[in-house]
Amino acid sequence: MLRFIAKRVLEAIPTLFILITVSFFLMRFAPGNPFSAEIAMTPEVMANIEAKYGFDKPVHEQYFSYLGGLLQGDLGPSFKYKDFTVNELVAQAFPVSLKIGLLAFIVAVTFGVTFGTIAALRQNTWLDYTIMTGAMAGVVIPSFVLAPLLVLIFAIGLDWLPAGGWHNGATPYVVLPVIGMSLYYIASISRIMRGSMIEVLNANFIRTAKSKGLSTPYIIVRHALRPAILPVLSYLGPALVGIITGSVVIETIFGLPGIGQLFVNGALNRDYSMVLGLTILVGALTITFNAIVDILYAVVDPKIRYA
Amino acid sequence: MLSTTANKEAVENFSEQLEVKGRSLWDDARRRFFNNRAALTSLVILGFITLFVFAGPMLSQFAFDEVDWGAMHAAPSVASGHFFGTDSLGRDLFVRTAMGGRISLMVGVMGALVAVLIGTLYGATAGFVGGRTDRVMMRTLEILYSFPFMFFVILLVTFFGRNILLIFIAIGAVSWLDMARIVRGQTLSIKGKEFVEAATVYGVSKWAMITRHIVPNVLGIVAVYATLLVPQMILFESFLSFLGLGVQEPMTSWGSLLNEGAQTMEIALWQLIVPAVFMVTTLFCFNFIGDGLRDALDPKDR
Repeated sequence: MLRFIAKRVLEAIPTLFILITVSFFLMRFAPGNPFSAEIAMTPEVMANIEAKYGFDKPVHEQYFSYLGGLLQGDLGPSFKYKDFTVNELVAQAFPVSLKIGLLAFIVAVTFGVTFGTIAALRQNTWLDYTIMTGAMAGVVIPSFVLAPLLVLIFAIGLDWLPAGGWHNGATPYVVLPVIGMSLYYIASISRIMRGSMIEVLNANFIRTAKSKGLSTPYIIVRHALRPAILPVLSYLGPALVGIITGSVVIETIFGLPGIGQLFVNGALNRDYSMVLGLTILVGALTITFNAIVDILYAVVDPKIRYA
Repeated sequence: MLSTTANKEAVENFSEQLEVKGRSLWDDARRRFFNNRAALTSLVILGFITLFVFAGPMLSQFAFDEVDWGAMHAAPSVASGHFFGTDSLGRDLFVRTAMGGRISLMVGVMGALVAVLIGTLYGATAGFVGGRTDRVMMRTLEILYSFPFMFFVILLVTFFGRNILLIFIAIGAVSWLDMARIVRGQTLSIKGKEFVEAATVYGVSKWAMITRHIVPNVLGIVAVYATLLVPQMILFESFLSFLGLGVQEPMTSWGSLLNEGAQTMEIALWQLIVPAVFMVTTLFCFNFIGDGLRDALDPKDR
């Protein structure tokens, strides 16, 4: 087991390295730079600015100095927000996305697994159909339709909750974004959960458990849940990264200063160091969580044995 | 019992009478699909939506880019000819919904097609060749997986400007990863099946093996995921429109209509509801058809 974990971690390093390299060069060769859009500058001023950010050096030198900074955890200066480094901007935005994301994740897993299990237990009854229709709706309704409707109903219509803003994550300001964010994931998880639960419930060992006279809740919790949750687990790894790094749509509609906003604004402003830094951050998180999911899989599924 | 010629003939005649018309894999699948009411209904509804999208603009007296300052935010009414009302510039929403639908459906199908093409080729090659090639190809896939999708989109938009068709060919070109994995897995499992072994023993050529035995068996899965990719592409287009990177005015898509509608929902809810109903219905239909196809084509679920 330890050897497997070590192997999986070691495998992640070259992947991360390639990710950094490829995105660095792609960004360097992307057309335009953040300064070209501004008011016409004399070539001398332009050259000074480029020298400040190291653009006058050959590309491979830029690459190595970037890599050196990265090893010390430095993502470089932002091209757009002149007095900020990418690190500072990310440090401001990340807690926002993290809080919303983790809450949405917990909500999504709890409700998704529960709904999926209920639908599987009551397969082909009205309860199953209701849950599955709801889940399908959750998958196909885009969040930028759903979120404004939530605002319209709960903030403007009923006046229960604020329509947006962050206010350091005060509880009422968090509720609607978390709902808006988690609905899609609740829907996806319950669809996956239902499918795998039905498969598990038809397995022989469940029939054995039933014939032993065990109660249904006991069978579900003790026997069925563990194998049935495996497909959900492999979905959750990448999904968790997506949730935590923030949905642009949710952040825009609720006016939250999170990572997703940074990403999009960085792209629109051609703030390439920002986009590059976030790409590396998100990529590193994805690789990490995929490794964690693989390791968890090995823990949960006794059928998987590793050399 | 002498096997006389007459006897033989009699037996052969009898066996010919016995012969039942064989049903191919596809016949079976078609029967199962048409027995699935949700999928069939979806197919019909999708047909109507397509018809509306292409014929709709001819039924209205307005052009999709015709600005009418006298009829801004007009509510839906049959009398005025604005069946679905108008938007903030007084443009007819009935025609705009149809025009937007053309764009949305087109980019959906285009994007899915590109993704399916690349994914199938990549996956089938990796699975069929196997060995070292397979390992390298799968490792590449894993690296591509770790890129944030947003990164690609941003790059594509900066490289291609705002040509919607190019963007979608490009987005299709980056969303083939799942497809490739699925096709590879399928190819691998088919390669190990008894009927392939039997065909090998029988001396079937490599080419015939691929076209006659491997491809038809992969096609089912490909069809299912292609159907499920279309709604994803449509959603993706709407996401781009939400960011302001979608089609350019006065052209429109369901995504950009939704985006506009969300901004004016307090005064003109229909501007959000009309495109939302069309888009969500379409996505529902594609998903039901996809599920129906999967049930029809996946022998495991029978």
